[in-house]
Amino acid sequence: MSPARALLAKDLRAELRARQSVPAMALFSVTAFVIFHFGLDRATIEGDLASGVLWVTVLLAALLGINRLFVAEEEEGGFDGFLLAPVDRTAMLVAKAAALLLYLLLVELVAIPAFALLLLGPGLGQALPELLAVVLLVDVGIAAVGTLVAALAVHARARELLVPLLALPLLLPVLIGAARATTPLLLATGAEPVPGRWLGVLGLYDMVFGLLAYALFDFLLED
Amino acid sequence: MYGRGLRPLSIATVLALIGAFSLVFFYAPNDADQGFVQKIFYVHVPMAIVALGGFVFGAIMAIQHLRTGDRRYDMRSYVAIHLSIILGLGVLVTGSIWARASWGHWWVWDEPTLVSFLIVFLLFSCYQPLRFSIEDPERQARYASVFAITAGAFVPLNFLAVRLAQAYTHPRVLGTTGGDMPGSMRVTFLLSLVAMALLFTTLGKYEMASKHAGQQLRALRARLAAQATAR
Repeated sequence: MSPARALLAKDLRAELRARQSVPAMALFSVTAFVIFHFGLDRATIEGDLASGVLWVTVLLAALLGINRLFVAEEEEGGFDGFLLAPVDRTAMLVAKAAALLLYLLLVELVAIPAFALLLLGPGLGQALPELLAVVLLVDVGIAAVGTLVAALAVHARARELLVPLLALPLLLPVLIGAARATTPLLLATGAEPVPGRWLGVLGLYDMVFGLLAYALFDFLLED
Repeated sequence: MYGRGLRPLSIATVLALIGAFSLVFFYAPNDADQGFVQKIFYVHVPMAIVALGGFVFGAIMAIQHLRTGDRRYDMRSYVAIHLSIILGLGVLVTGSIWARASWGHWWVWDEPTLVSFLIVFLLFSCYQPLRFSIEDPERQARYASVFAITAGAFVPLNFLAVRLAQAYTHPRVLGTTGGDMPGSMRVTFLLSLVAMALLFTTLGKYEMASKHAGQQLRALRARLAAQATAR
C-alpha cells in the first residue's frame, strides 16, 4: 500500500470511529439553513440568493473540517512518526487533501438535499449533472487550500482563530466562481446553462493552488 | 551595514516628495469633470501600485528564503509586507474618499480594483497574526514565507475573479488610470510614483537597519552577560 493510501485509510478509520468532523459539518450546514430562513425571513429562495446561501454555508462548514484536519497529528505525535518514516512528504498532503475532499463530498450529500428540501424554491432535478461538476471543482479547490491553511496554522497558538482568517480571503475566488456558476441553475424560471467562464475560473484556481500546495507543503513539515 | 547610503536616499526621497506635491498642486491641471478632488489620484494610485509591488516583492523574497534558508531574505520579506500593509490602509482610505467625492458613496462594490485590493489587504493583514503566534523563530520564518508565497500567488487570481464578476454586469470601457492622460498629468503621476517608491525603499531600509541593530545589540548583550558570569 502506498504511503498516501495508508495515511488516508488511517484518517478515514479515525473519522469512522470518533466521528469528529463530518457529522459536525453536516449538522452545522443544516443549522445554517435554518438560520438563513429566519435571518432572511423567506420561506423559499431562488437564483443568486439561493446559490449564495448554499455556497456560503458549504464554505463555513468546510472551515470546521479544516480546523480539525491536523489536530490529531499535532496532539498525538503523528507528525513525528510520519517524519521518521522513509517516505515522500507529499504523501501527507495528498492523503489529507483527499480526506478533506471526501469529507466535503459527504457533507454536501447531506447539505444539498437538505437545502433543496428546506429553502430552495425551484426543483433541483434537471440541474443535477451541472451542479455536480461545480461541486467537484469547488471541493478540489477547498481541499487544496484548506490543507495548506490547516498545515500553516496547526503549530500556531491561536489556531482556531487563524484558520478562518486565512482561509476565507483565500477562498473568495472559489466562492465568487461557485456562486456565479450556480445562479443560473437555481432560477425560478427554470435552469439555464452554466456560464463556462466560471468553470474556467474554478479550474484555474484548483490548478494554481494545487500546484502551490504541492510545492510548498514540504517546507511546513521540516523539523 | 544596512545603514549605508541611508542619508542620500532619505534626502532624495524628501526632494522627490516635495517635487511631486508641488507638481500636483501647482502644475497639473484640474480634471475637467472631477475638478480639484481628482488630485487625490496622485497619492492613491502610486500608493496602490507600490503596495501591490511590495506584496509581490515580499513573496519573491520569501521564495528566496525557502530556497536558500538565509534569514536575511525572510527579514526583507517581513519588512516589505509590513510596509505594504500600512500603505494598503492608506490606499483604502484615499480610495474611499475619492469614491465619496466623485461617485457620492464611501464604498462602491462595482469598482473591481478597489474591491480586489480590499480582499488582498484582508489576506495580508493575517501575515502578522500568523507569524507572531508561532513561537519557534526558525519555524516562524519558514511558515511566514509559505504564507507570503501563497498570498502572493493569490493576488493575480483574485484580481481576475473579481474583475470577471464585475464585467458580468458592468462592462468596463476605460482602465483605472484613465487611458490617455494629458502630458502634464502623466509627468506629475510618474514623479508621484517615483516618490512613493523611494519612500517605500527608504522606510524599508530604515526598518531593516533598526532590526539589524537590535539583533546585534542582543547578541552583544548576551556575550557581555556570558563574560560577566565567567569572570
